[in-house]
Amino acid sequence: MNALAARRRHPAAIAVLLLLGLLVTGGAYSFLAPKDANASAPTAAADDVAHGKDLFIANCATCHGVGAQGTKSGPSLVGVGAASVDFQVGTGRMPLAGPNVQAPQNKVKFDDAQISALAAYVASLAPGPAIPEEKYTTVIEPGTPENNKAIAEGGQIFRVNCAMCHNFAGAGGALTRGKYAPALDGTTPKHIYEAMVTGPQSMPVFNDMNLTPEAKQKVISYLKAQENETNVGGLTLGNLGPVSEGLFAWVFALGILIGCAVWLGKKAA
Amino acid sequence: MSTINETRPADALRAGDRQADEHASATKPLGGIAGWMDDRLGGAKGVSFLAKKVFPDHWSFMLGEIAMYSMIVCLLTGAFLTFWFVPSASQVVYDGSYVPLQGVTMSDAYRSTLGISFDIRGGLLIRQIHHWAALIFVVSVFVHMARVFFTGAFRKPREINWVFGTILSLLACIEGFAGYSLPDDLLSGTGIRAMNGFIQSAPVIGSYMSYFIFGGAFPGEAIIPRLYSAHVLLIPAILVGLFTAHILLVFLHKHTQFPGPGRTNKNVVGYPLLPVYIAKAGGFFFIVFGVIALISAVVTINPIWAYGPYDPSPITAGSQPDWYMGFADGALRLLPGFLEFETFGFTWSMNIFPGSLVLLPLMWTIIGVYPFVEAWVTGDKREHHLLDRPRNAPTRTAIGIAGISMYVVLFLAAGNDLMAIKLHLSINDITQTLRVLFFVAPPVAFWITKRICLSLQRADRQKVLHGRETGTIWRHADGRFEEIHAPLTPDERWALVQHESHQPLELTAGKDVNGVDSPVARKERLRAKFSNFYFRDRVPPATPSELEAAHHEHDAHAAAPEGGHEAIEPAGASQERETIKADKQPG
Repeated sequence: MNALAARRRHPAAIAVLLLLGLLVTGGAYSFLAPKDANASAPTAAADDVAHGKDLFIANCATCHGVGAQGTKSGPSLVGVGAASVDFQVGTGRMPLAGPNVQAPQNKVKFDDAQISALAAYVASLAPGPAIPEEKYTTVIEPGTPENNKAIAEGGQIFRVNCAMCHNFAGAGGALTRGKYAPALDGTTPKHIYEAMVTGPQSMPVFNDMNLTPEAKQKVISYLKAQENETNVGGLTLGNLGPVSEGLFAWVFALGILIGCAVWLGKKAA
Repeated sequence: MSTINETRPADALRAGDRQADEHASATKPLGGIAGWMDDRLGGAKGVSFLAKKVFPDHWSFMLGEIAMYSMIVCLLTGAFLTFWFVPSASQVVYDGSYVPLQGVTMSDAYRSTLGISFDIRGGLLIRQIHHWAALIFVVSVFVHMARVFFTGAFRKPREINWVFGTILSLLACIEGFAGYSLPDDLLSGTGIRAMNGFIQSAPVIGSYMSYFIFGGAFPGEAIIPRLYSAHVLLIPAILVGLFTAHILLVFLHKHTQFPGPGRTNKNVVGYPLLPVYIAKAGGFFFIVFGVIALISAVVTINPIWAYGPYDPSPITAGSQPDWYMGFADGALRLLPGFLEFETFGFTWSMNIFPGSLVLLPLMWTIIGVYPFVEAWVTGDKREHHLLDRPRNAPTRTAIGIAGISMYVVLFLAAGNDLMAIKLHLSINDITQTLRVLFFVAPPVAFWITKRICLSLQRADRQKVLHGRETGTIWRHADGRFEEIHAPLTPDERWALVQHESHQPLELTAGKDVNGVDSPVARKERLRAKFSNFYFRDRVPPATPSELEAAHHEHDAHAAAPEGGHEAIEPAGASQERETIKADKQPG
């Protein structure tokens, strides 16, 4: 105890205390935070639509209505198509955890069989965009000249149609009133394609008339090619442009240089 | 046969002279190569003047050095980049090694920048060093400027050098802008597009100016070569010339120093340039270069290949200028759109104009004239070579912080979209909040800073009069507790009491004996008001007599007999009261 009393005026005491406090609070939170209740239906039924309907009534009907006709708290899903369900549920945006300006990407709550059952049920209500064929969601790999050309075209389409919200590198961007265009890295080709066809949240619909399925495939291939490129310049600082670069210059570059200046200034002549 | 006529009688008269000449050359202090050089260039006197210059030691004096060295790094790497960069807007098809752009039509400027980044050995590293050095250059210029401001180093005789520095900092920003506009990638093209908008926002003449600068309609083919000339020739020439004058004036004025024992307005306490500072400053150059190179080797800056070529139709989310132009971008984001109106067939873009064409000149003018304003208010015509501790000039420090807070609000506004996505906030709320803060933050910052300065001065006073708190509590035999205060050494004390304490100017009578208004009365009244604003709240430094009195009291205190509780309590209380009174008394 005596040793502790002697050290409590040490200059590092405050820092150590703060660190301890943060650790204890954070640790306690991770133990006490509410856990997700795992309540999904256990088995896949033989009839997808019927099973999908069961799942729908159990998990979605509160907001979207018993017949998916919509309520005050959720839009009608008649005619949104299987692609929409596959995107929203497959990326964990639905079921929505709570009312928000925009459904955030979240942990996926259903397995593949359940998602396709849900999609089949919603698709059975009215015709809508279907889950894309695999040939359009296959990434064009760079290597051959025509593949490289296709990827470069995808880049041009991306810059003209997508970069204004999703940022040049697909790092995401802000929209009005707390809405945002999410980052695209790590999103599967199928989900990117479905987002373009269905236009979730604030996103416009890019139907097959204004962007052909081949063009969509090129955009996806460009994004994946960019994702797979080695970062030749080093750390990317989140690919957010000059803001993160300026922050880095002020905090790290200036910090290191002032540290050097203090060190040199203390050196005896 | 010799051409010299040795029999001329007048030679005899000069015989002694020649001997004196020979004597002088024989006793020259310099021999060898240095002497040979001096005989031809006559630089010895100047060099020895410079070599003997004494510089004081303090880390904050090296901030300007960081700026100087990063500028040199920019010049060196910039020369390298000019070997390959093609400042041309003519369209070519890319066939370099970066796959996602192969076959894309782009300007030659962009193609050559991609070439530097991917196909020239070491090109990307040099490009990144150039860009990081540029960011660090402007950062260190601003920090250096803040150091000079807050320590009062701009006072007589250094006002002109402050103005030079002000112009240098503005030129540094413009130079940076011209530089990052050159590669013609999507982001830099957007920057030029914004510049075009800035120019067009000038009432009446805007569109003509835009045609003049772009050599026709935006974007045209002229702007990249023009910016290139400005970036590599025009601005660097002015920058280097003005910088040389800036440095020469530092030598001429001698360096300022922080107050301390033995340091006066008439001397400089430190070490000579040769050999000490040549070694230190030379070494620091390599440290700065090394740090910049290290950062450039591990951290990407401006990944132009990811932005794609410029084309006036696309835009990317998160289009921001480099940080030093951020405050102007932020001003544009904060200016409400309803300020635009039309009269007489002209559009008055008051939603853009104040943030684009007014802000930059206005801000730098305010910075440039500040020394003259302060000199007029204080009426101080003396030379100052001793620096102020920022707390000892509370109003100046508070003005500086208020200005910086205004700048920071604009600066933050430029990143409002990124704050919105990273902090999960609404961009509208952020913008509204910053609009309010632009007006509220400066006065609040002013008030808080001034109070902190005054409190620090009071703390200094306490320390001088009653010593440093040791944190050791003594319990006396009679039960009273006392914290032991250790007296300051004279050296420590000097730093806390040496400063002078200004008093507000007294207003002299506005009318003369005959009741006639003095012609200068109005100006003087204004000046007295300003003076009152500057120096109304003051904490005078402890005087020797106060110190003496305090010591006396301490002695009396320590020697107090076991008078019991009552005797000691009032003694302590009265001492407390007296200290407060001393703080508050006007002079």
